[in-house]
Amino acid sequence: MMEKEHLIDLKHISKEYDGVTVLDDISLYIRKKEFVTLLGPSGCGKTTTLRIIGGFETPTSGEVLFEGKDIVSLPPYKRRVNTVFQKYALFPHLNVYDNIAFGLKLKKMSKAEIQKRVDYMLDLVNLAGYGKRRVDALSGGQQQRVAIARSLVNEPEVLLLDEPLGALDLKLRKDMQLELKSMQQRLGITFLYVTHDQEEALTMSDTIVVMRDGHILQIGDPKHIYDEPANAFVADFIGESNILRGEMIHDELVSFAGREFPCVDFGFGEHVPVDVVIRPEDIMLVGEDVGQLVGTVQSVLFKGVHYEMMIDCGTFTFKVHSTTMEPQGSKVGLNVVPFNIHIMKPMKEAGK
Amino acid sequence: MKRVFKRIYLALILIFLYVPILVLIVQSFNAGKSRAKWEGFSFHWYQELVSNASIMNALWVTVSVAIIATIVATILGTLAAIGIYSMKKRPQAVMMTITNLPNTMPDIVTGVSLMLLYIFAKVERGYFTMVLAHITFDVPYVVLSVLPKLKQMNTHIYEAALDLGATPAYALTHVIIPECKQGIVTGALLAFTLSLDDFTISYFTTSPLVQNLSTLIYSATKLGISPVYYALSSLMFVVLLVLLLIVNHRTGDNKG
Repeated sequence: MMEKEHLIDLKHISKEYDGVTVLDDISLYIRKKEFVTLLGPSGCGKTTTLRIIGGFETPTSGEVLFEGKDIVSLPPYKRRVNTVFQKYALFPHLNVYDNIAFGLKLKKMSKAEIQKRVDYMLDLVNLAGYGKRRVDALSGGQQQRVAIARSLVNEPEVLLLDEPLGALDLKLRKDMQLELKSMQQRLGITFLYVTHDQEEALTMSDTIVVMRDGHILQIGDPKHIYDEPANAFVADFIGESNILRGEMIHDELVSFAGREFPCVDFGFGEHVPVDVVIRPEDIMLVGEDVGQLVGTVQSVLFKGVHYEMMIDCGTFTFKVHSTTMEPQGSKVGLNVVPFNIHIMKPMKEAGK
Repeated sequence: MKRVFKRIYLALILIFLYVPILVLIVQSFNAGKSRAKWEGFSFHWYQELVSNASIMNALWVTVSVAIIATIVATILGTLAAIGIYSMKKRPQAVMMTITNLPNTMPDIVTGVSLMLLYIFAKVERGYFTMVLAHITFDVPYVVLSVLPKLKQMNTHIYEAALDLGATPAYALTHVIIPECKQGIVTGALLAFTLSLDDFTISYFTTSPLVQNLSTLIYSATKLGISPVYYALSSLMFVVLLVLLLIVNHRTGDNKG
């Protein structure tokens, strides 16, 4: 990838608070018009990364390049990025119109021009006619839209969003995900999105950055991250997984749960410990006599599209998703095709 | 039965609280000088009050001191509250203790210690020292009414303003201060009322030549009090009542 195309480059960013390391040597880049998501559990450093780009935190070391220029010492009000804050941070003493116009007034724009742009934004976020309302009289979803409009009206190069949908209910969240994504595509603005919701990340992003404990574990497009998780943590965090300790016998043969399985991975060496990851939907239920493994159904949960069954195979209890249900207590066979067995280096090494 | 008892109890409380003031107000309209005899309704003592130069002068001192002290204390207190708000936890706790201490201290302690300070610093006591003293005891009240407003604020509001292109100064004047405006006004009203009716601290921090109403009334009582002071006290009661109602109305609004 050419350096020129990078809009933002983080180079070896570290951040410490009172001796506690929050970010440890993070490097990543964001291209123009890309939708990048920082994904990870709380405390992984994703919000800190966003705040460093917004200018609200100064990294302890490292460079933040914006179109190739270091902006670490640039205050937030001189950066060409805008932030949609967690819980919106709207100005309660201003009405919807004045909230959105706040940034434009600072740019000394003419009244007519401000009016035109604010009205356009109100239209864009489906809040036409709401200009005179008090912001605290709006619903959560409407406040969310005002917050987005307030940022977008300034035509930022990059829009930073810090868990913007976290406070909304499930249905509204799904709608807003689609709306945000289509808005991003129509306006051609770069989005940097922070969330702990893996489904949200998979739905919306061009690129996902998985973080944990101040480290980046994996960067890739959603499909790549789901199909080829870099380690057991990523596998577990993105979707559901069965994670087992195993041993790589030699290339394309792995042993776990008390027997050997053919697989497609190679290059780990011979007789080395590995983590084995199998997605619950990749386990096929077959007759007791033809299964690679045999187990007893411990519990069955109806999940809507599928059933979730916990199947005890003696050494390990597998989580299995299937559209057909096996009754509790019955004996079943489990099969996994080689392609669906994911072999990873054990976690401690993979952390780096 | 319980209800009736409750009502009687409440009535008794109100009677004990307000009957003396009522008597005072009635007496202020008494034409005669005697407290024992009603000699007809009159504004005589109010006319007397207005034409009494020393009382009018004291009134001027009281009001001007209160206004100056309120303005200065409101500015200092608001800035202090913003400063304390943005401190880290430990120093914040220390600052809050320092702020609360003068409020819990008896006025006499504040008054005497200020007097000693002025003597020690060889500052001649008078109007200026009284203003300084009033600012001193007003500031904590402003801090205490502004700080909760700041704490109610969404923590990212200031950052949001910067994010949208506001300089820190613009964010302070256009976002932070409007956000805690209610607290600032409440604090100012509180400071003003406290300043108006302060006696103890004023007594120790001024000279006999510069007297405000409370110190003047105090010295007047030594000679036997004239009904002029009933009129004066009635007026003060009404003014303070109005201010108090405004303050209460505002705090009531804040909850809603």
